[in-house]
Amino acid sequence: MSNLIDHIGQYTVDGVSKGAIYALVALGYTLVYGVLRLINFAHSEVFMVGTFAVVVTYSLLDVQQYPALVVAIPTALLGLVVAGLASGGVALLVERSAYLPLRRKNAPPLIFLITAIGISLVLIEVFGLVLPRVLGGVLPEIFGRERAASLSVPYLFERRPVVTIAGTTIDTIHVIVLVSAIVMMIGLDVFINRTRYGRGVRAVAQNPQTAALMGVNQDRVIMLIFVLGGVMAGAAALLWTIRIGNTQSAIGFVIGLKAFTAAVLGGIGNLRGALLGGILLGVVEVYAAAVTSSAWEDVFAFIVLVVVLMFRPTGLLGESLGRARA
Amino acid sequence: MTTHHAETNAPAEGTPRHAAPDGPAGGNPLRRFNQRRHEMMDSVRERWRALPKWQRFLAVVAFIVFLYYLPWLGYLPGGAPPRDPVANLQIPPFHLIRTDLISGGTPWAAVLFTCALYVMVAVGLNVVIGLAGLLDLGYIGFFAVGAYTVAIFGSVDSPVVQALQARFGLSEDWAVAWALCIPVVIVITLISGVLLGWPTLRLRGDYLAIVTLGFGEIIRICARNLNGEAGPNVTNGPRGIAAIPGPEGPPSPDNQIFGLVDAKPWYWLALTLVILMVFGVRRLEHSRVGRSWLAIREDEDAAAVMGVHAFKFKLWAFAIGAVLGGTAGFLFASRYAYIDPRQFDVKTSVLFVAMVVIGGSGNMLGVSIGAILLVYLPERFRDLEEWRMLFFGLAMVLVMILRPQGLIPSRRRARELADRAEEARGGRHRAEEATTHA
Repeated sequence: MSNLIDHIGQYTVDGVSKGAIYALVALGYTLVYGVLRLINFAHSEVFMVGTFAVVVTYSLLDVQQYPALVVAIPTALLGLVVAGLASGGVALLVERSAYLPLRRKNAPPLIFLITAIGISLVLIEVFGLVLPRVLGGVLPEIFGRERAASLSVPYLFERRPVVTIAGTTIDTIHVIVLVSAIVMMIGLDVFINRTRYGRGVRAVAQNPQTAALMGVNQDRVIMLIFVLGGVMAGAAALLWTIRIGNTQSAIGFVIGLKAFTAAVLGGIGNLRGALLGGILLGVVEVYAAAVTSSAWEDVFAFIVLVVVLMFRPTGLLGESLGRARA
Repeated sequence: MTTHHAETNAPAEGTPRHAAPDGPAGGNPLRRFNQRRHEMMDSVRERWRALPKWQRFLAVVAFIVFLYYLPWLGYLPGGAPPRDPVANLQIPPFHLIRTDLISGGTPWAAVLFTCALYVMVAVGLNVVIGLAGLLDLGYIGFFAVGAYTVAIFGSVDSPVVQALQARFGLSEDWAVAWALCIPVVIVITLISGVLLGWPTLRLRGDYLAIVTLGFGEIIRICARNLNGEAGPNVTNGPRGIAAIPGPEGPPSPDNQIFGLVDAKPWYWLALTLVILMVFGVRRLEHSRVGRSWLAIREDEDAAAVMGVHAFKFKLWAFAIGAVLGGTAGFLFASRYAYIDPRQFDVKTSVLFVAMVVIGGSGNMLGVSIGAILLVYLPERFRDLEEWRMLFFGLAMVLVMILRPQGLIPSRRRARELADRAEEARGGRHRAEEATTHA
């Protein structure tokens, strides 16, 4: 406990930068839930695909550990584009191939959930088993290894202190993660609240029938939100590789569960709630790990989830996408 | 609700689905084939119902006897390869089903035991998912609680038993006897079911699923962390607990029947438990409790209005499911005499759900077949083992899209789903009509 109090600033900074990544992933859950009232359980694997896209990009570019800044920044941007495309593409594929037929049949929510779990399994196996078989010879350093082993990603940026305030060091990684996450989120917020497409999304979230009567193409809106969520997951994947520096095919589960917790904590369906929820969750986790031990870290996320659902199921900000700024 | 029944009970089974827009006689060959298949299955079902009671009883007894004979499948009882001389007396097609005749195959009785164990899990999970309609993704947690309970109290390797020995000056090989562990397991899993159900069962379907998933994971993390370093030593952490007793006490070469090598007695034990469970759950399904579950599953609000105490019965489903899953875990731990936290991961939990929904949730025959497929196919076709998760993931998606009621569905559930699909189709037709008129 005294450990936590002595270094509370440092723990907070760590927690915030950790939570920023959760928040980006949480956006995917929130967007889809806001429009379809559906928990896209396969979203965690969309994130996983993003991390692999980053690794493949680095490998094709032959990126080394800690390149010069002139190289690192374009590489990171390219990684962002590739990961965004890959994740967005996979999210769209999942929507078209699995959710669309179910929606046509008006399937109950549990059927969607089970399908999503099936898709998660398939994606995990594709990246853990099928791709290694197919690409093992082409990219041996990525797909030629034991599947359970975690795949290390070269760090693009070195961890260097930027400022130190009262014993709390804010380093380059903190800045990069937090700034990029916030930029992405502001971008999304502007897109949803200020543009024509965003208005369509809000309209469908609010009332699908009326939106359809007003000439909004519901199908296109649904595709759009899946792609947007996927792109945000791709961005999160890039930041994850910058911050943590490893990935594996089964990485999605825990992050997905935490991001979902973050989305619920902030109020699922609410974009700004996702940011708040993600950052709060990151901070809570880091504090909890500091008080007990890092072995118990994951348990706290679940406890937060249960407590929130029991006492305030609409989350802290508690408004849906449609009602946020109608 | 009443109109549904009036509609669906009067015509032949599942009409809305087959008498699709283009009329009963038309449609593509697949649809015609499906219709024929349905008629055939219905006629089989009707004939079975029409049999005198004693004949049905005899048929069930014969089937059960056959199940007990299964370890010798393809041979005369008493002889099975590779040790026995009687082994040469093959009964041709059946020996092909066995898994121990292919190279690197697992002993047949061991596979049967695992099948029986998974059927037990499937029957238990079916109470929760199929009957009460609560998607529990953390069922492995109860399985783990059952397994750890017998390990913690019954094994001399467990820190708890060692602490008790030290505290009360008991001998080195003292531990709670296996038979005494049974009621302990039942009580503890029941309590764990109620404890986990109490906070979570107030939630709606998909939230419930995710929270149960979290709880399953919490149980695994606790088993890993209660190792004396991150917390008090209860489970030995990742090192696991060995020397878990069976019906004849802790594993040793002197055990006459329940040893580590020959799985036949274990299979028979598991089979006996499965039969008891199936009959028990069947009685429950047709009781007041079962009808309440059904009402809750189909429409919780309507059920509550009609005076069904939804929370109470959901809690019952959770607790009964927990006891059944815990019993399976108990048997699992006894059979292998060793457990560690890695055996209770999320993947297995998801496989449990997969076997229930692929088999046909709500139908005990369906879920049992789902479980058997899950265990048997990778064992019989060894090349499949590695691809198992991919295969079952794909199967889950395809089944949910093409046949959401599962392979062998519960008839009532199939009707409910067909009804919803029909509503959606009707809705679209109406919308299309509206646009053309406009």
